[in-house]
Amino acid sequence: MSDAAALTPLHIRESAQNSPLMPLVVRDLTLRFGETTVLDGLSLDLDTRGCTMVMGANGSGKSLLLKLLHGLIHPSAGQIHWGSQTPTAVTRRQALVFQKPVLLRRSVAANIDFVLKVRGKDRSRRAALLEHVGLSHKADQPARLLSGGEAQRLALARALATDPEVLFLDEPTASLDPASVLAIEGIVNGARSRGVRIIFVTHDVGQARRIADDIVFLHRGRIAEHSPVADFFPTPQSSAARDYLSGRIVV
Amino acid sequence: MDFWPIGHGSSEHAFNFTQRLGLNFGCQTAYPPTCGNFCISGIALQSITDALGLAFALVLSGDGDLLEIVALSLRVSLTATVIACLIGLPVGALVAIGRFRGRNAVLIVMNALMGLPPVVVGLLVYLHLSRSGPLGFLGLLYTPSAMIIAQTILIAPIVAALSRQVLEDLHAEYAEQFRSLCLTRLQTIQALLWDARYSLLTVGLAGFGRAIAEVGAVIIVGGNIDHLTRVMTTAIALETSKGDLALALALGIILLIIALGVNAAVQSVRMTAARQAYV
Amino acid sequence: MLRRTFGATTVALLLTGAAWAQDQSIIVQSTTSTANSGLYDYLLPIFQDKTGIQVNVVAVGTGQAIKNAENCDGDVLLVHAKPSEEKFLAAGFGTARTDLMYNDFVIVGPGSDPAGVGGMTDVQGALTQIAEKGALFASRGDDSGTHKKEVSLWADSGVDPTAASGDWYRETGSGMGATLNAGIGMGAYVMTDRATWISFGNKQDYAIQVEGDEDMFNQYGVIPVNPEKCPSVNAEAAQTFADWLVSGEGQDAIAGYKVADQQLFFPNAPTN
Repeated sequence: MSDAAALTPLHIRESAQNSPLMPLVVRDLTLRFGETTVLDGLSLDLDTRGCTMVMGANGSGKSLLLKLLHGLIHPSAGQIHWGSQTPTAVTRRQALVFQKPVLLRRSVAANIDFVLKVRGKDRSRRAALLEHVGLSHKADQPARLLSGGEAQRLALARALATDPEVLFLDEPTASLDPASVLAIEGIVNGARSRGVRIIFVTHDVGQARRIADDIVFLHRGRIAEHSPVADFFPTPQSSAARDYLSGRIVV
Repeated sequence: MDFWPIGHGSSEHAFNFTQRLGLNFGCQTAYPPTCGNFCISGIALQSITDALGLAFALVLSGDGDLLEIVALSLRVSLTATVIACLIGLPVGALVAIGRFRGRNAVLIVMNALMGLPPVVVGLLVYLHLSRSGPLGFLGLLYTPSAMIIAQTILIAPIVAALSRQVLEDLHAEYAEQFRSLCLTRLQTIQALLWDARYSLLTVGLAGFGRAIAEVGAVIIVGGNIDHLTRVMTTAIALETSKGDLALALALGIILLIIALGVNAAVQSVRMTAARQAYV
Repeated sequence: MLRRTFGATTVALLLTGAAWAQDQSIIVQSTTSTANSGLYDYLLPIFQDKTGIQVNVVAVGTGQAIKNAENCDGDVLLVHAKPSEEKFLAAGFGTARTDLMYNDFVIVGPGSDPAGVGGMTDVQGALTQIAEKGALFASRGDDSGTHKKEVSLWADSGVDPTAASGDWYRETGSGMGATLNAGIGMGAYVMTDRATWISFGNKQDYAIQVEGDEDMFNQYGVIPVNPEKCPSVNAEAAQTFADWLVSGEGQDAIAGYKVADQQLFFPNAPTN
């Protein structure tokens, strides 16, 4: 999978935008659904570069945190600031890859074309994007007949087609075979090396070790721990993270 | 040979034709005079057999008048379906993705309008297109255009209400992805309409089925004028009122065959699409 | 692109639709009996060959035909209810009314003839007998010429059948053919014009039971719609059609129309 010329280097994009997205500052973020409090006064600071992995038990609010940061849903209370801007103001400069890719009922190529068109991008980049995720040979096939790994690579290519400054990934490799997992990690690493800020939800400890720079551990709607990957796995500071890593799932 | 009794000067031919085939429409000889109501079921059964034979004979004869009526039926109802889709699909899409005050009321009205009685639509269109009505100057009454207008009004709500359901279901699947991509409302509607195209084909088919089968509206605004506004259903009504039940039924069978053909065509398109997971 | 193609098709179809409403054509608002009996299928080609005028027939009940003509939705009115026609004229909707032809009404009934009216020639007596026996009678009940005639015959016989409406007196609210189908279905007597009856295809065991009374005379008239009331009418072509119908040639053509060797209409236009 070649690093395609179609993937615009970050510095060009940054100069095109008027204000920087980073750092991310989150204060007292609270999300309630009726009586249920999902996020409870969560605060978080992320700096400019790298790949942050969000971990935590099922139901700890990881996916909802991504959607809040991306501006897809609104918090019950608290603030999120990307640089000086709110999430909804910068949704356009970010992309999110869902755990279950939502592919259009069209061909693989048309899925890319759609994004390039609605975002006003150069349509000729499609070939390079497909090449980049190794799907050139499937261009004319129906997208919804792709295997799980191929579908997720297409979703990634589609996300990259928008030239995001921040790329959210919500367990993109859950239920994929090891080869597909590695392929996707390769693409994500490529994006990071071009300066795309990666925020990645995973349960896969091996994956976190392979590509994370730092780990955010969610527990009961708050950040239980936020530490560099080199510290997190050998010496988790919170009891929740210790239990999680040792297989004792806590809620 | 002119077998068609609706055309000018051919009534007697039809009479001869049925006699030639040995079809018996009366039961004077077959039933005793006192058979009363039981006579009807016997007649009905015989009419069905006769009608099948007659339907085949009519189709095989390739009669010009029959072709004209079939062609007009298709032209009127297909045009009405296309226009109803041009109106109903965007409306259905707007309601499907919209979150606005009074949305529930709109849904109720849309669903209720699906049950518009054709006769009422016919009367409303008549009152507007009549020479003494507000649109009388257009001179559209008793033309195929008037029939297209009436059928469009009849089925646009069906297209809107059914497509709303289809598009809302699809939107439930796409909504988050689309918001992540920052699509405009127009782009969302376009993408939904395109991706639901094979399901919407069935919606269009429901509208077409209603249009081609209704008689109440077209007979009022079309007038069932021979060689001008006579379609399958009004021809069936006419033959029924002439007491030629077998011929009426034969026309009904031909109408059914056309409907089957259209449905089969759409179904095959859908199956092809389904194989590509496009449905 | 698909949508653009559809759009173009739509426009094309609408245009052809409009083009059909050609100039040399008229609309006749007509009673159903003349249409259902096949008279127009016989007459109109003769007229069209001669004049090139396309005649479009809208066949509805007399009441509705008059109403439609009053709405200027026809060029010629051809019905059979003289009092209503004269009212139409008096209101200025028609230019002139001419007697065109006549046939007669008959009462048909099941072969079993439950009221025993078979062979009677006194229509009031027959209706009284049907009412006394409570035998089923199916009425048009649609304000048509035939219905108006039937109502006046009941009035002459001194019976108010509407008192038994829904009991033995069944008002179908439908055209002649539909009322015959319904009446035959329920074994009821039906009053119909002879022309419709002769050409009716679903007679089953029914036969004419009452006929021959002068009171059952059925006069048809023709009235061109007045262009002063309705500027949209094709007055010239309408007059041509009306003139032809009452001319020697038109009258001969009417007399020449036969079904099962029976003449259905008897021309009686005044000769000048």
